[in-house]
Amino acid sequence: MFRSNVLVCGGTGCSSSNSEQIINRLKEELEAKGLEKEINVVRTGCFGLCALGPVMVVYPEGAFYSMVTPDDIPEIVEEHLLKGRIVKRLLYQETVSDDDTIHSLTDTPFYKKQVRIALRHCGVINPEIIEEYIALDGYAALGKVLTEMTPEQVIQTIKDSGLRGRGGGGFPTGVKWGLAAQNHADQKYVCCNADEGDPGAFMDRSVLEGDPHSVLEAMAIAGYAIGASQGYIYIRAEYPIAVQRLKIAIKQARELGLLGKDIFGSGFDFDIELRLGAGAFVCGEETSLLASIEGRRGEPKPRPPYPAVKGLFGKPTILNNVETYANIAPIILKGADWFRSIGTERSKGTKVFALGGKIKHTGLVEVPMGTTLREIVEEIGGGVSDGGTFKAAQTGGPSGGCIPARFLDVEIDYDNLIEIGSMMGSGGLIVMDQTTCMVDIAKFFLNFTVDESCGKCTACRVGTKRLLEILEKITSGNGEKGDIERLEELSYYIKENSLCALGQTAPNPVLSTLQYFRDEYVAHVEEHRCPAGACKDLTRYTIITDTCRGCTLCARNCPVGAISGAVKEPHLIDQSKCIKCGVCMEKCKFDAILKG
Amino acid sequence: MKSLAELQAIREKARQQISVREESDDNIRVLVGMATCGIAAGARPVLTAIMDEISKRGLKNVTVTQTGCIGICQFEPVVEVVAPGENKVTYVKMTAEKAVRMVNDHLVNGNVVSEYTIGANAK
Repeated sequence: MFRSNVLVCGGTGCSSSNSEQIINRLKEELEAKGLEKEINVVRTGCFGLCALGPVMVVYPEGAFYSMVTPDDIPEIVEEHLLKGRIVKRLLYQETVSDDDTIHSLTDTPFYKKQVRIALRHCGVINPEIIEEYIALDGYAALGKVLTEMTPEQVIQTIKDSGLRGRGGGGFPTGVKWGLAAQNHADQKYVCCNADEGDPGAFMDRSVLEGDPHSVLEAMAIAGYAIGASQGYIYIRAEYPIAVQRLKIAIKQARELGLLGKDIFGSGFDFDIELRLGAGAFVCGEETSLLASIEGRRGEPKPRPPYPAVKGLFGKPTILNNVETYANIAPIILKGADWFRSIGTERSKGTKVFALGGKIKHTGLVEVPMGTTLREIVEEIGGGVSDGGTFKAAQTGGPSGGCIPARFLDVEIDYDNLIEIGSMMGSGGLIVMDQTTCMVDIAKFFLNFTVDESCGKCTACRVGTKRLLEILEKITSGNGEKGDIERLEELSYYIKENSLCALGQTAPNPVLSTLQYFRDEYVAHVEEHRCPAGACKDLTRYTIITDTCRGCTLCARNCPVGAISGAVKEPHLIDQSKCIKCGVCMEKCKFDAILKG
Repeated sequence: MKSLAELQAIREKARQQISVREESDDNIRVLVGMATCGIAAGARPVLTAIMDEISKRGLKNVTVTQTGCIGICQFEPVVEVVAPGENKVTYVKMTAEKAVRMVNDHLVNGNVVSEYTIGANAK
């Protein structure tokens, strides 16, 4: 028995801020104190509060330490683990009550409104030990399905639950399974889309890193439901920790006979293999992904035939997203009605969002469908960082759009987001404040799609390039009348003439910023001015002569020597040398630098 | 994996390992005084004995924690048992052998071992 469990986050975020070293140091210190048999050190998946990483929790007290460094470890071991005195200075302050006692992490603003279904085991179990997953009812859903339910009942349960694809499209999962089940074939396939490509999105990675078995179990359940005996997980090679944990998970599941032949003595065989993607965005599109698994070039194909009819190797195939699979086992165990009770009329359950951008609590959250953007940004996310004001949120990555501040109270679900010109997407949520230029944002995403277009359709290959060129022209101060109209015309043309979702949605960042922030485009084109002050070519720093005291601080800090002036005399910026880095403005103590 | 029973067996065994991570108000808390006075008087073997016995008995709703000095250094090693809805029981001058009996009588069967408590020893 271990009297205490120390859970240290081993997600990518905390790993990159040295959680591995923390674990090693902990083990060394515990051994030195002879405590290694009493205290269990567990490397878990992501807790969600990535902004405060590396994080660790000590049970049974439930003490949540944040921003821990390896040098803090001797103190934690000596004080907390040996003497039983919580190290208050390292506690996450939101968990400390006014009377100096600590309360559970689940009572903090960050966690209070969250409902964790897909992330239920992230930050709770060691993903590299199958027994810990089993301890929390792991593989019980597979057992129930194989011993008590028919494939039809499984599909009906998923249909009844109202679960929709979490990869972005929102297609009903049960319907997808039902279509594949109807098609008879000697071989069918169950595939998992772990090719998470949106900039700023890390939901699927976190699920795979924190709870790989939940995906394996769900794939086996899907295999039973549609009559498939082979599964493939297509995951990007850029996710080394997730790949490693999946490999371990598959090995352990095979050893216990939870994958392989005759699972639970039911006669059902199922096995899973990994396929590593080289990180092409288009391979997140289903037909390209299947082509890539087959070993061919990742290019989309016209649909129909849909994969449910003719998919991988020409056989009926279902392809679901990681987060979709992570919802399956709880639905089987707790029932469709339980799942239906969470969420909105047409979107059931929860959604995981990766919070990023100008927000205090950068990290991973899971909220019921129907939660408002305001709740996510202001309550859970802790508000806009550095005291900025909320301007817009970008959802759906390069395929999605922007949600301006006036829609902060819209309940987030698939249909509402489409109605206001964005989309759910896979769950990236980037918060932008007043210093973000919307034209610049559109340019950023177009840059991405130009790189990632597979080149098959001319509209997408050439069209996105032309779109980007117009945006570059506008942001460099060379915009002319008619550019905005050209952007719009070309956007609709690309949408109508591209084969797959990549091209069909590529102009969305342009269209949605035009819809809500047209005045910014107009300012760029007609006045050659960037209202947010983000486009460098349109920004000028000048010194207000009357306010300048001639302290020389700006001149001494200017990296290119563009500022001149004698001591106690007003200074001057040489615009031909200025690189618009803004250091002078930061350093000036008299607010004498003007940006605009 | 050939049967649900087999899965259930793994589950039960693994459950005990991680039960300490569940924040539950129903748990019985066993507090062992581990300040300098406690350790000097031999609290470490007492703690180990308690944990071994709980493990052997497969008790799930018990957490074992160390605590500081509560001011009765002459009675160390001190072990306190706090069960929800019951009065706190303070055992004093504990040894590994006494600890084993305390786990069996008190934690398993619910009978306080009166002769080890502070009330019996402070007279």
